[in-house]
Amino acid sequence: MKQKFDIIISTGVPLPLENVDTDQIIPARFLKATTKEEKFFGDNLFRDWRYNSDGTVVEDFVLNNPRYGGCILVAGKNFGSGSSREHAAWAIAGYGFRVVISSFFADIHKNNELNNFVLPVQVSEDFLQELFASIGADPKAEVKIDLPQQTVTNLSTGRSEHFDINGYKKHCLMNGLDDIDFLVANQDKTEEWEKKKTLP
Amino acid sequence: MRTLFDKIWDAHVVQVVKDGPTQLYIDRLYCHEVTSPQAFEGIRSRGLKCFRPERIVCMPDHNTPTHDQDKPIADPVSAKQVATLEKNARDFGLKHFGMMTPDNGIIHVVGPEKGLSLPGMTIVCGDSHTSTHGALGAVAFGIGTSEVEMVMASQCILQQKPKTMRITVNGTLQQGVTAKDVALYLMAQLTTSGATGYFVEYAGDVISALTMEGRLTLCNLSIEMGARGGMIAPDQVTFDYVKGKEYAPKGADWDKAVAYWQTLRSDDDAVFDKELTFDAKDIEPRITYGTNPGMGIGITEAIPKASPSPSKGEDVKLHNTDNTCKSSGNQTSPPSEGLGEARALSYMGFKAGEKLLGKQVDYVFLGACTNGRIEDFRAFASLVKGRRKADHVVAWLVPGSWAVDRQIREEGLDRVLEASGFEIRQPGCSACLAMNDDKVPAGKLCLATSNRNFEGRQGPGSRTILCSPLTAAAAAVTGVITDPRTLL
Repeated sequence: MKQKFDIIISTGVPLPLENVDTDQIIPARFLKATTKEEKFFGDNLFRDWRYNSDGTVVEDFVLNNPRYGGCILVAGKNFGSGSSREHAAWAIAGYGFRVVISSFFADIHKNNELNNFVLPVQVSEDFLQELFASIGADPKAEVKIDLPQQTVTNLSTGRSEHFDINGYKKHCLMNGLDDIDFLVANQDKTEEWEKKKTLP
Repeated sequence: MRTLFDKIWDAHVVQVVKDGPTQLYIDRLYCHEVTSPQAFEGIRSRGLKCFRPERIVCMPDHNTPTHDQDKPIADPVSAKQVATLEKNARDFGLKHFGMMTPDNGIIHVVGPEKGLSLPGMTIVCGDSHTSTHGALGAVAFGIGTSEVEMVMASQCILQQKPKTMRITVNGTLQQGVTAKDVALYLMAQLTTSGATGYFVEYAGDVISALTMEGRLTLCNLSIEMGARGGMIAPDQVTFDYVKGKEYAPKGADWDKAVAYWQTLRSDDDAVFDKELTFDAKDIEPRITYGTNPGMGIGITEAIPKASPSPSKGEDVKLHNTDNTCKSSGNQTSPPSEGLGEARALSYMGFKAGEKLLGKQVDYVFLGACTNGRIEDFRAFASLVKGRRKADHVVAWLVPGSWAVDRQIREEGLDRVLEASGFEIRQPGCSACLAMNDDKVPAGKLCLATSNRNFEGRQGPGSRTILCSPLTAAAAAVTGVITDPRTLL
């Protein structure tokens, strides 16, 4: 949490499935905590894909494959759809990911990642598929994320793409600030607005 | 030339942050026990109070058991989460509808029925199905827990203004086709990401003709197309529904409110970022066959043959990233798409090209914020009346709130249902996401009126088919997937 962001170079963990929903990222039965226990959520990231129902490890799931590692999750299109549970972002952060690369993100989950200092990097489908191919060919293939420049580079091929993030949020990530700091500092503007409001 | 969405959004802009999001004022924050504790913890650790406690309403719904609610919750972790909400509401001075109190129920059922959600409002909750309240002509959307904390601390949220989409459905729905079928049809047309980045306004003859409860069902499911929210311009149906509700404006305030609400419609020359039009004649009772809500078919149709698809019947493993990565280069469509379809069919135990009519059903679930309202119980009861529940089917009938439960008994629907072999459980989210004991066992097939058929959604290994209350009722009495039109 609130870890300042700058440039990250890391290998990536590939999950080339589309429409990964937040029920898979963290199943509902792990949402009962009343505090932000990131380690607990991280330990249960992709729980039902990582472990069999008897608790044994699913050997061929990518998080259990020692060939893959790093702080970048590379996922198929429409990552984080479904439930708004921020526990999904806590699980991703708690596991140790700092960046998620996909060709498309679901809205609520994308905000949840940003609010937990996990950077969602949206790339073209073509870039994503090439990255899957690079990591598939060599799990040691690295990716560079440059937040100040807003670029993502597949270091195996040298291919680079620009990614979008609004200037305000970029400033927050690079300086470890969050939205609540901003909103509390702007309460006078809210009070002013309330005075003018008539309905409902 | 503004859309309905623009009018409500613009009326709530406190400021637009330079090169950033909009600071939007929120009229109503709902909190349930699952997505609020860390937000309360957050404002507590910052030494803050709730900025506008009178605008926040709390109630437990996700963990609540659907039987013996008067006794302590057996699962200590669930019990703690429910107790934590009660304590937080007390500490911060918030309205709280506790378990077993007459006002308790699923937030998205209770909000509209109490008049706490009104046209023209901005409404948020740490729950993606907050889109439900948009049916009243409100801007309502689901948020994460950090955002819940923002609203507690400031009654505002920072959001990028979404794009707008209008979905028009013309014509007249056939008998046996409900708002749920319209939503399931739209999801299949748009896919689960087709409306991501957009706020949807529903319009057209079909929408105008829907009852308020049908509209709530339709807007509830907007998130399943990826949309942040869905909304319907308030009209006489809306005003008739809202009038007299406990927290709705009264007397002169009512007249003033209605005058304002009547201005809440998209101007004739309003421009949407995207417009889609559909015809009611193309919509039959719908069911899903896969593991996301967009994987659906008409009940008489066969599961589409997707391509490319790994060999039939083989257990597809997404875990085997090695193969999928290597084969990614030379296929026309991304390998993950075929993999997802095949994986879904493998999980569900279905084959591409087969029809689902006649498949044996193990469980039936009527309820959830999607279909847990009185009209849903009326529809279910009308179909099972004079018939018997199939012996092998386990049926969970869960009202969305105590108010719905009272109405069921007042109308005598409980006697109709009991005579057919059904029992009514106590209100809550229940088997929609199985955070309580209502879990469908691994491998069992459930016809559910809820909103999500994701892997394991109703319990690890459970298999879910989404459908309308009528289709659920038809399955409950025949024991197999049945076109409800054959029983009407």
